[in-house]
Amino acid sequence: MSPVMLQHNQISLALHQIREGKGRALLLLHGLGDSAEQMSKLEVKWNGPVWALDFTGHGQSTVPRGGGYSCEILMADADIALRHLGEATVLGRGLGAYIAFLLSGARPTLVRGAILLDGPGLAGGSIHATSNTEINDVGERAGIAPDPWALIELSRDARPPTYTTTFARLATNGSGIDEPIAIACKVTPPWVEAIAAEPGVITDISLQDALDMYAAL
Amino acid sequence: MIPETRTYPGARRPDRNYRHHADGVEIAVYEWGAESDPVLFLVHGGSDFAGTFDVFAPLLAAGGWRVVAWDHRGHGDSAHAALYGWDADIRDALSVMSSVTRSAAPVVAHSKGGALMMQLADSCPYRISAMVNIDGMPSKRRMPDVPDHDQSRLLADSIGSWLDFRHVAHDSFRKPGTLEELAQRRGKMNPRLSIEWLEYLVTVGAQQGADGWRWKLDPTMRFGGFGPWRPEWASLRMAALTVPFLGLLGTIDEPMGWGARARDVLPWIPASGRLEVLKDIGHFIHIEEPELVSTMILEFLS
Repeated sequence: MSPVMLQHNQISLALHQIREGKGRALLLLHGLGDSAEQMSKLEVKWNGPVWALDFTGHGQSTVPRGGGYSCEILMADADIALRHLGEATVLGRGLGAYIAFLLSGARPTLVRGAILLDGPGLAGGSIHATSNTEINDVGERAGIAPDPWALIELSRDARPPTYTTTFARLATNGSGIDEPIAIACKVTPPWVEAIAAEPGVITDISLQDALDMYAAL
Repeated sequence: MIPETRTYPGARRPDRNYRHHADGVEIAVYEWGAESDPVLFLVHGGSDFAGTFDVFAPLLAAGGWRVVAWDHRGHGDSAHAALYGWDADIRDALSVMSSVTRSAAPVVAHSKGGALMMQLADSCPYRISAMVNIDGMPSKRRMPDVPDHDQSRLLADSIGSWLDFRHVAHDSFRKPGTLEELAQRRGKMNPRLSIEWLEYLVTVGAQQGADGWRWKLDPTMRFGGFGPWRPEWASLRMAALTVPFLGLLGTIDEPMGWGARARDVLPWIPASGRLEVLKDIGHFIHIEEPELVSTMILEFLS
């Protein structure tokens, strides 16, 4: 099925319907360098419709020139998909887990549970100032998905714990859900460790248990 | 339509200008001074453009430098990009600099440009031979006296407003106005600069159409906002610098400034550097006092 194309400034975002269903949508967010197509292979039991988004520079979405990626821009990608779907439970893998988490704090009344899974781009970069090497050219890979600038910039974006805990509190305070964030990943980089200690964040839960919990809302 | 023009005492448009492709993003580059003179890079701040150097750059060029500046992506005459980011700005800068010289060269940078160049000097010390930072030394932000729950609400509002804007960003545009109206609008952000200067800036930083003047700055860019970046990270990078360093700081806060105080900045000045505090001057030190500042810089670089 052809994806729905949604406009985000100069970018056309590809939102794929994986399967139909009745009830609240499940939105799948892929990992760094991955795509909605890969994400659609994830086995989940969910009665509602299941959708998967290609982030900017990935899959069938536009690959912009010259980079400039941030997780906040990808959060805006996901927010544009969310407006198309209405209320949704959001399941993210790797980088998509971080974006799902940010979105749960930014749109607490629309995100009915964010589930965080292991995957590429989960860790992000340092939580301190670092002396990053400046890479100035991606050669023949320019303009090809996954965008090499996305791979470079989104693998070293800073995720300081003081920033992420703020989003966890926004989700908990604004959603009306007891536990709006479910950590179902095994790897716990500093930002995950930080939010795991926050009220409203459930840990040690399986993917399907988290889906069942949010389906029951 | 007859284009409206303004002149300003001492202002001189660049001697040369051209386009540079930085990984697919077209960057407008400007030069003042003889091509045979040693290169000096001049970097503007956020929401600004290279034309704001039209008085300051010729003074540096008169001191024997080939002054090279550019409009950051989305600013001035450079392309409006799909994405904007700190690393992308640094990459664009490095791309322009590499197109001019592969050798280390001095950099004079204002505001956000100063913080960008400190990161570049920290990551690529072999590209910068000396640095002058004009009020681009952010320090740990002093939070206003607002209770925690109110700060959370303000942040939630800020994030929600930004996300709402992203839904309509592709339809956004700069509000048109007369030359005088644009100068007055800019005056709210630059309250210490004369209306004559601001009107001159309109003629180089805005474009005139059938419905009036519009600033060239990409309308999808918004002032302020939120994100993980912490201003104190710039202090850590500044302390690590090994090149000769001159920091200039005014004492009067302005809307476009960082609000940094000398007592906050001084502990982080690198061993190779010094800080000069200029009393009763705002954020645009080089525009308020171009002769004084250019003289200080030329002495420092000599």
